[in-house]
Amino acid sequence: MSEILIVGGTVIDQTGQRRADVRIAKGIVSEVGEGLTAVGGEVTLAADGCIVSPGFVDLHTHLREPGREEAETIETGSRAAAKGGYTCVVAMPNTDPTQDSISVIEYVRRQGEAAGLCDVRPSGSITIGRLGEQLSPLAELAEVGVHLFTDDGDGVQDPLLMRRAMEYAADLDIVLAQHCEVRRLTEGAVMHEGRCCSKLGLPGWPSFAEELMVFRDIELVRLIGAPVHILHLSTTRSVELVRAAKADGLPVTAEATPHHISLTDELLAGYSALYKVNPPLRTIADVEAVRAGLADGTIDAIATDHAPHAPETKERPLDQAPPGMLGLETALGVSLASLDMPVADVVAALSWKPALIAGVADQHGRPVAPGEPANLTVFDPDAEWQVVPSELASKSRNTPFVGVPMRGQVKHTVLRGDATVIDSQPTR
Amino acid sequence: MKHFRSVDEAGPEAIRRLLDLADHMAEVSRRPNPKVPALRGKAVCNLFFEDSTRTRLSFETAAKRLSADTMNFSVSSSSVNKGESLRDTIETIGAMGIDAFVIRHKSSGVPWQVAQWTGASVINAGDGWHAHPTQALLDCYTIRSTLNRTGSFDGLKIAIVGDIKHSRVARSDIRAFTMLGADVTLVAPRTLLPPEIDVPVVTELDEVIDKIDVIYLLRLQRERMTESLVPSLREYTARFGLTPERARVLPEHALIMHPGPMNRGVEMAVDPSELPGSVITQQVTNGIAVRMAVLFDLLGSGSDLEANE
Repeated sequence: MSEILIVGGTVIDQTGQRRADVRIAKGIVSEVGEGLTAVGGEVTLAADGCIVSPGFVDLHTHLREPGREEAETIETGSRAAAKGGYTCVVAMPNTDPTQDSISVIEYVRRQGEAAGLCDVRPSGSITIGRLGEQLSPLAELAEVGVHLFTDDGDGVQDPLLMRRAMEYAADLDIVLAQHCEVRRLTEGAVMHEGRCCSKLGLPGWPSFAEELMVFRDIELVRLIGAPVHILHLSTTRSVELVRAAKADGLPVTAEATPHHISLTDELLAGYSALYKVNPPLRTIADVEAVRAGLADGTIDAIATDHAPHAPETKERPLDQAPPGMLGLETALGVSLASLDMPVADVVAALSWKPALIAGVADQHGRPVAPGEPANLTVFDPDAEWQVVPSELASKSRNTPFVGVPMRGQVKHTVLRGDATVIDSQPTR
Repeated sequence: MKHFRSVDEAGPEAIRRLLDLADHMAEVSRRPNPKVPALRGKAVCNLFFEDSTRTRLSFETAAKRLSADTMNFSVSSSSVNKGESLRDTIETIGAMGIDAFVIRHKSSGVPWQVAQWTGASVINAGDGWHAHPTQALLDCYTIRSTLNRTGSFDGLKIAIVGDIKHSRVARSDIRAFTMLGADVTLVAPRTLLPPEIDVPVVTELDEVIDKIDVIYLLRLQRERMTESLVPSLREYTARFGLTPERARVLPEHALIMHPGPMNRGVEMAVDPSELPGSVITQQVTNGIAVRMAVLFDLLGSGSDLEANE
């Protein structure tokens, strides 16, 4: 591991913003200040015009391994994450087999360590096999370090089972994360229920199918007191429900995806499955409500829901194509282009706020200060660029952002003092 | 025009042109030898991923009257799911030298996906709940030839009755009728309506039955009851069926239309052959003329409509 000096940037972290160079030695930030000069053997990373921030943390990454390695592996997904400025990702449990046992959790963790491109923190499923029938061994998995539990891909439908999960989780220092979707209301759904789906003749996914479960889980939090994290919140009313819950002081957190702050259901008009995602792209009013939720802190984090799919699956008829889109490499560029927020607030939503929810705040999302782990992202907040699918580090190509202007580009990513990305290129 | 995939995509000018062209085609069809060499050497592939004998036969007849070579490829979606992808199917058949694909698929949007994988013209013969533009053409053609409305449908009152939500026929007809100037009213319970539509709706057929020029009845599929969209066929018929009582209230000049196949005793609770306004068999006949018009418009080179072979 070589020593690194990041020169010429502006540091942004939870303590504020200042012009400073950053010296890294032995995986630790050793010096922060203006006018630092390189000493022998140090690698210098240029950061002129750039922001130096704590590394990004993604609460919602589908790495597909084990089970769907044709779409992504832990290595290719980790590389995509590093390119996107991430030093830590929470791996979603809808693998095959499901991440509901120590053996699968350990496998994912080891593969992440072997790739060594970002910290891979496996989440666990709330129920065995994500079938919504029987609780996973939550305490056993918490014991080996799993912090976030979710049946993502599906919500826990049974209100009694969700109540039990929250009661059981309440004393384990873990967080349950809910994919809010009442399945009975979305059977066969392909896109947001509204004007566009009517015109296109596609079955609709009504907003209230999400809102009903957001409401149910908030009321369970009120009853039980255990924290709940709302995944990929997408509707106006969901934002209002979470805002009210926070005003009541409830331990509810929420995330929004880059696509739900930038794209609308009208994009389905050409019947491309690249725009099929769950929850679906919604109306411009919803997009604006979600942006406002991020701006006022109702929504804590930007999370990618990075969901790689092999090309042939996205060429199926729309109702048969799997939902999901890539997100890791475009999250920053979409966020800065879409959000009318101070850069520091966007960084907060990408870094230290999700780090707290993921339970990784001892290593990630730390202040940029001497003695702290050197997990850092250097990005140019004004760089404008375009997505070229063939240049993506992900194994899949299902990005909806081709032709969408990006603002803000990651230049360098440093994981525990090791540069995983230099000049926007992965180092390995 | 390269493809014919939806009424909106074709636009009003093309719709009018095709209707005018259908007049010529109807004339060809009335000849003792109803066949012209207009599309000799052209290959048309009927690619039906969903069973529809009547639409396929209509397209096949239309292509043959224009002397095109036709191929029929019928496949249930399930067998394609097991093996070959849609893209591979299209690219394989396309490699045999096809000028037009006529496609029927249970999934909305397939004609747009298919057009990415072939240089041939794509004709939508029905995609999911979305569109069935040749049905809309034949319905417009039937109305204008029966009511002598060659100019426009201005002031014409058309009620479309029944399961609008799941109907590609309704979606295409609403667009085409409106485009030509008609006042369209939808008649259905909310359970059978798409969300957030900007077409006037009434929820009882009796509110409009005595004021309309055309009543267009849609097929009610029996599974709609198990989905709790209507309580029972009996109740549906009572509110939305064309019963003998309602047939008596219809204005004398009003046309009765149905895309077929009919559910006798459900939406059609009267024998249509006893109704002077029924043009249901003319719809089928006109289907051939408008499909000839579409094929000729996409593949023809402007001559050869006159000579018999």
